Parts: sequence; C-alpha cells; structure tokens
Amino acid sequence: MKEPRDYESIPGTYVYDARRGREGYALNMFCMSLNKAENRKSFKDDASAYLDRFALTAEQRRAVLQRDWLGMLKVGGNIYYTIKIAFCDGLTFQDVAGMMSGVPKEVYAQMMLAGGRSPQGNRYKDAAKENDERG
Amino acid sequence: MAKIVAGIACSHVPAIGVAMDRGVTGTPYWEPLFRGYEPARAWLAALAPDVAVIVYNDHACAFSLEIIPTFLIGVAEQFPIADEGFGPRPVPTVQGSPALAWHLAESLILDEFDMTIANAMPVDHGLTVPLSITCGKPAEWPFPVIPLCVNVVQYPPPTGARCFKLGQAIRRAVEAYDQDLRVVIYGTGGMSHQLQGERAGLINREFDTAFLDGMTKDPIGLTKLTHTEYMREAGSEGVEMVMWHVMRGALDGNAKEVYRHYHVPASNTAAGLMILEDGGGT
Repeated sequence: MKEPRDYESIPGTYVYDARRGREGYALNMFCMSLNKAENRKSFKDDASAYLDRFALTAEQRRAVLQRDWLGMLKVGGNIYYTIKIAFCDGLTFQDVAGMMSGVPKEVYAQMMLAGGRSPQGNRYKDAAKENDERG
Repeated sequence: MAKIVAGIACSHVPAIGVAMDRGVTGTPYWEPLFRGYEPARAWLAALAPDVAVIVYNDHACAFSLEIIPTFLIGVAEQFPIADEGFGPRPVPTVQGSPALAWHLAESLILDEFDMTIANAMPVDHGLTVPLSITCGKPAEWPFPVIPLCVNVVQYPPPTGARCFKLGQAIRRAVEAYDQDLRVVIYGTGGMSHQLQGERAGLINREFDTAFLDGMTKDPIGLTKLTHTEYMREAGSEGVEMVMWHVMRGALDGNAKEVYRHYHVPASNTAAGLMILEDGGGT
C-alpha cells in the first residue's frame, strides 16, 4: 500500500494496521489473557510478575504499569484489547476515553452530554487542509 | 422457501448492556435512549421471526490476534456468553440454528464468499446488546440466532461494497433453503464514535443522519464510502458501520424504513437504531 497512509492525516487517532499489529502483538495478547478471571487475579496480585509471562518491550511494560492509556496506543496497543486492563481496574470506557483525550472525567462527560466532540477542526492534523476540503 | 422479512440496524455499545443488566435504564441519563427502543421491541415481538442472522464484530473475546477471520459464520447448537474481562453478561445462552447455518456456510462459500466456519465460540456484547435492545430481558431469547462476524478490529476491515455483496449472497442462500422460515437480519455497530486517542468522543450527527437516510435513498452510494472517510468523519470506530451494509444487501431494493431512533450519548457513542421491512422484490 501507498505510504504514508491517507488516514495518518487524521489527528489523535491510532489505526491498528499492519505496522501496529506487528509492534503490538505481545502487548495485546497480554490484554487478551485478562478475559480469564484467574489471570485477572494474578495480574492484580503482582502485575510485574504477571507481565514477565509476555514478551513486552520496556516501553510497553512501562505504559501498562503506569496505566498510560495513550502511551499504550503509541506502542502498538489496540483499544479493544487495552480496555481490558481498564475493566480489570474497575474503570469504564468513558473514564479511559477522557484520560486519553487529556481532560478531567467531568469535562469529558459534559462534552459527550453536549453532543460529543465536533468533527469541525478535528478532521485533519493540518488545519489548513480541512479548510481546503470544506471549501 | 425461507425469506428475509426485515433488517435491523443497531448500535452495540457495551454500556447499554451494562445499564440493562444493572437495572438503571430509567435514570435521566438512560431513559431517553431506552424509551426509543420500546416501539422496536413491540414491532419485533409482533413480527415473531423464526430465526435471526446477527452481523457483528467480536471484540477480542472469541478471537484474539492469533487468527483474524474477515467473515465468519457460527454453526453451533449454542453460543455461550463471553467473559469480556468483567465476567459474562447475565443474559441467556444464545441458541443457534445449525441446519440453516450450515446451509448458509455451504451456499456462501460456493457463491465465492470464503467464510470461516465456527463450531464453537462464545459471543460478546456485539451480539448480545442488539438482542437486549430489541428483545428486552426475557428468560430465553425468543428466536435462534446465527452469528456472522466481520473483522473490524485489525485494519483493514472488508469494504462496505464487499459487505453489501455478502448480504446479497445471504439473501440468495436464504431463498434457496427449502423450509418456510421467516428470517430477520441485524447489522450492528456504529454509529459515529471514537474510543481511542486524543480525538476520543468524536460524534458526527450530520454524517449519521445522512447514513440513516442513505439506507433507503441510496444504499449503493453508501457502500462507496472508504475506510478513511468513515474514520475521519465518523470516528475511528465508526468504521463498524460497514456491517450495516451486510444487512442492507440482504434486503431488496425497495426496503422501507419503518422506524428510526437516534440518541447521543450512549457512553462515547451515537446510538442508532433503524428497522427496514423487506419489499419482497429482488
């Protein structure tokens, strides 16, 4: 496929494509393991020891242990997988979405109640491009 | 002969299932959403289909990244409820429809759709939330279900056009089945939402409204949307809407909209519901 991909012009978005699939496989398979109650318990009891079972990079390991949700996406995390860590912590999807977008929980919740984040100004990393496309 | 009698497009937001399971659907936050589901439940109860094909995506439950089927059909007698990371939802086990499912699998493969066949798999909120939305909280689901999974977790999902053609092949296969069954087909996921990154929370009411309108006004035109257009306009997870095209392709050209409900927000998502009745043509 042609590089760079056209979707890379979308701001604040980490498409789980082939490149991220290769980078994030072990990280996401660790997340997948949390579908089992006994694994959730082992992870809660000793996160570091549990992570030793998976071939994570140092940065992936740091991101998991620090619950750096955005950081996980940057090193190959897939949101449908990394959210399982949040479920294990008793967090909701909305809690994590707020943290990734860098605003307090209440601010994010209020934005959603008011109709969500507008696509206006959020379509392209390069703001000028959006103006061109919208004429 | 079996017939596709109707299609249901429906978001499958996990929080909607959680709200039902916890019995909080009457709160000010949830009440407007659930009020809009009532007419759909009444319509479906009156229709009383014999079987449902539910097109949805698995969310790292039945399948991991080890094997990623683009299109998959479940042929089991039963499908247990998956533990998605917080315990299985307290909803009835889903009963399958193996004879029809195997017929669909064989017909679709010979019709050049290379389906993966699943004899055993759990089903997650992608399938159970649309059932909860349209059937409420029965002790048993009112009809058997054939799960049809579409990959939208690993880029690229199949194109909207391909999904539409799969729907057309499902219609041909259903019509070639020798029992008189009335089949309803669900296309689930969407509508606009982005669950990840700094842009999380994106909602595009204008896009969603045009998409809902297009289901009857210009279904073929809608299949031409590219993945990047979905992601840019409707959020990265808005690309789930390709699954609606499977449902739409299984209906005839004259399918009529009989009900629509649209509500923002359900957690991070614009929740949409549309009922289409088949026109009985080709």
